[in-house]
Amino acid sequence: MTAPRDKLGRPVVVVTGMGIMTSLGAGKADNWAKLVAGESGIRTITRFPVDGLKTTMAGTVDFVSVDPFSSTGLSERMAELVTQEALEQAGIGAKADFPGPLFLAVAPVEVEWPQRRELGRAVGKPDFTYDDLLRISGGGKYSAYHHRFMFGSVAAHLAETFGTKGSPISLSTACASGATSIQLGVEAIRRGETDAALCVATDGTVNPEAMVRFSLLSALSTQNDPPQAASRPFSKNRDGFVMAEGAGALVLESYEAAVARGAKILGVIAGCGELTDSFHRTRSSPDGKPIIGCMNKTLADAGMTPDQIDHINAHGTATPENDKMEYNTTSAVFGELLQKIPVTSNKSMVGHTISAAGAVEAIFSLLTLEHQRIPPTINYDNPDPTILFDVVGNKARDARVTAVMSNSFGFGGQNASLILTREPA
Amino acid sequence: MTDTASKPGQTEVWITGIGLATSLGEGLDANWAALSEKRINVDEKGFAPYIVHPLMPVSFDAQIPKKGDQRQMEAWQRIGTYAAGLALDSAGIKGNKDILSKIDMVVAAGGGERDLNVDTGVLTAEAKGANAPGFLNERLMSDLRPTLFLAQLSNLLAGNIAIVHGLGGTSRTFMGEEVAGADAARIALARIASGESDIALVGGSHNGERKDLMVLYEFGDFNLKDKFAPVWARKDHAGFALGSAGAFLVLESKAHAEARGAKPFAKLSSVVADLARRKQPGDMAATLEKLWDKLPRREGKGAIITGATGAEPATSEERGFLKGHADVPVRSTGTMFGHTMETQFPLGIALAALSISRGALFPPNDSTGTEIEMQGAPTQIVVVGAGHWRGEGMALVEAVG
Repeated sequence: MTAPRDKLGRPVVVVTGMGIMTSLGAGKADNWAKLVAGESGIRTITRFPVDGLKTTMAGTVDFVSVDPFSSTGLSERMAELVTQEALEQAGIGAKADFPGPLFLAVAPVEVEWPQRRELGRAVGKPDFTYDDLLRISGGGKYSAYHHRFMFGSVAAHLAETFGTKGSPISLSTACASGATSIQLGVEAIRRGETDAALCVATDGTVNPEAMVRFSLLSALSTQNDPPQAASRPFSKNRDGFVMAEGAGALVLESYEAAVARGAKILGVIAGCGELTDSFHRTRSSPDGKPIIGCMNKTLADAGMTPDQIDHINAHGTATPENDKMEYNTTSAVFGELLQKIPVTSNKSMVGHTISAAGAVEAIFSLLTLEHQRIPPTINYDNPDPTILFDVVGNKARDARVTAVMSNSFGFGGQNASLILTREPA
Repeated sequence: MTDTASKPGQTEVWITGIGLATSLGEGLDANWAALSEKRINVDEKGFAPYIVHPLMPVSFDAQIPKKGDQRQMEAWQRIGTYAAGLALDSAGIKGNKDILSKIDMVVAAGGGERDLNVDTGVLTAEAKGANAPGFLNERLMSDLRPTLFLAQLSNLLAGNIAIVHGLGGTSRTFMGEEVAGADAARIALARIASGESDIALVGGSHNGERKDLMVLYEFGDFNLKDKFAPVWARKDHAGFALGSAGAFLVLESKAHAEARGAKPFAKLSSVVADLARRKQPGDMAATLEKLWDKLPRREGKGAIITGATGAEPATSEERGFLKGHADVPVRSTGTMFGHTMETQFPLGIALAALSISRGALFPPNDSTGTEIEMQGAPTQIVVVGAGHWRGEGMALVEAVG
């Protein structure tokens, strides 16, 4: 019998349902099988022309149809599908009646090019100004686009579909968003506001402008051929991240509530931490202090010491700067212990699912705990000699895993870490 | 329903700093003076037929000393970073490294500020026959400024605030139009009340002088056109006039404030929010009534400050709710400041705290009789924020003691 409260006297927060979708496929079973087999979901983009782009591949989710297509529509549909999967597994509440709030990590929403082009065509003359576009936007013809491109539209749809309680929160902490959605759920349960929370993260924004934006910041890999080999975390010849789509959903519950209803416990969110870096908009402080502080805060939140972590699910974007910084900061926190901690980056296979990544990787971490098998970091043929992680290179590794640290770092100085365990401490 | 309130045994949460940069001016005195004189800054010509409440020009250098930082932001981020600095000044913690290194930030933000020349250039070229498959890609690769992306990302308002003012605690950005502002205050309050946090910077900013936003709201025919009227007088001429504003608050546990000798403007007692389905007439009004009932109001002189937008049917629904509380004086920030979207709710809390600290509610500015005079000092003000499309929030701001 385990105590329903953690070392700090707060309710223990457990996971009772998970749903996932990435470029590898839909659902936990399919994703896990491909992940441990070392398969890549990265492919040449076919959704739109890639002429003129430096990067022509991505981890797109092409097997989900949305009509009319928009990135926000795809984000919404993926979020809906992963939530269904998570709720089926959790068996909580009733249909369309989830007994708790929704925390949704979602990419910032904006009017997209197909709709903008539709307006441009509707003006009906070759020379026009932005005012002409504005003048024809009203009258009800495009009212569906208002709803579609509200920032709160995806959360409102999920809240209505699944009957979550209260005001759903849509959040962005850039590439740490998925972890933040879980953290908000954990905090709500720990404060005793709710026994359950639905944490969802989704990103379907592989579109031309998003690709161009990251290209202009020199953040994307340009190793287009073959696309499966583009994402090379911790390798000497890594040259950027690969944009990708995906979604993850987790049903969180207090341990007490989960046990009371006889739910199967899939894992524990033992600790969460975040720390802001005020150094630069896109780069980490060179001394790494905010990231080090973030990991230490997370350990403290979990009431754990570094020697209790036996696996790290790295942010591992494969940008030259991230991986180097992640190694330096992680080694500052773990010291000598780090040699014995296997590290992997799921992004080598599924790419960087941006707003969804924190949740997607938390789910992969929980599956790692369940299967006692660590998915590989593929394309690890040319290790960076300055990154001395014990990288789980190219082949999955069986290992005794009791506690995983999952890290997420994002533009705007966002750092967030989670510690996931199999059993309550 | 999700709600946070200072429960027995939980700490009291004070508002110890307010930063305002709005269409009425910069700082508390300028805004208070304009409210007292019923002065509205509205531009009916610059975006005609659309109406905006433009930002009263400020010297950004005063809060964002590095030009390089200013260049990395678009207007909405500059306004917010500026107002955040004013809030830190107001709380007396500007430059206080000990406090700023641990302050928690919850920001309500939109984003997506566009380069209209790039967008128009692409569309007109296409109208003239440019149809090569890679045309859009090539134009975007050559025409987009690399740093524009950073001015479009919602969480980069928080990022810029952290960089410019040296904040090193936590940083969360909530999106979702009007109710994001209520949720930001709700979560910050919950974290402080429960002891998870001691001090937080909460707020948002909005640039209403943006045609790309007008296109988005024009899709739903939400823009006020041709002639300005107070929010309550728009029933047959519905819509909102976008406003530019930054509004930030420093929220702090009573113990933390007292330990450093900080004085409160007011206390934030409760923030509640919900998502009405809005399928049937009356749905939204019923949700507002439920939220009202959840607030721990007491006997005493009360008032309501609402961010009612002027858009329909939401404003009529809210008018229906207010009719049930006709004895409570109401003020509309939408009339005075325009609609500042994510910023409207923090702005409402700021004005509630300011009214309580100055011992008077600002005067009504309305021709329909919805807003009535108030005599004496308010001791509790309910802030109402109902989104033009979705989301409802309320806060209770009270006098300390």
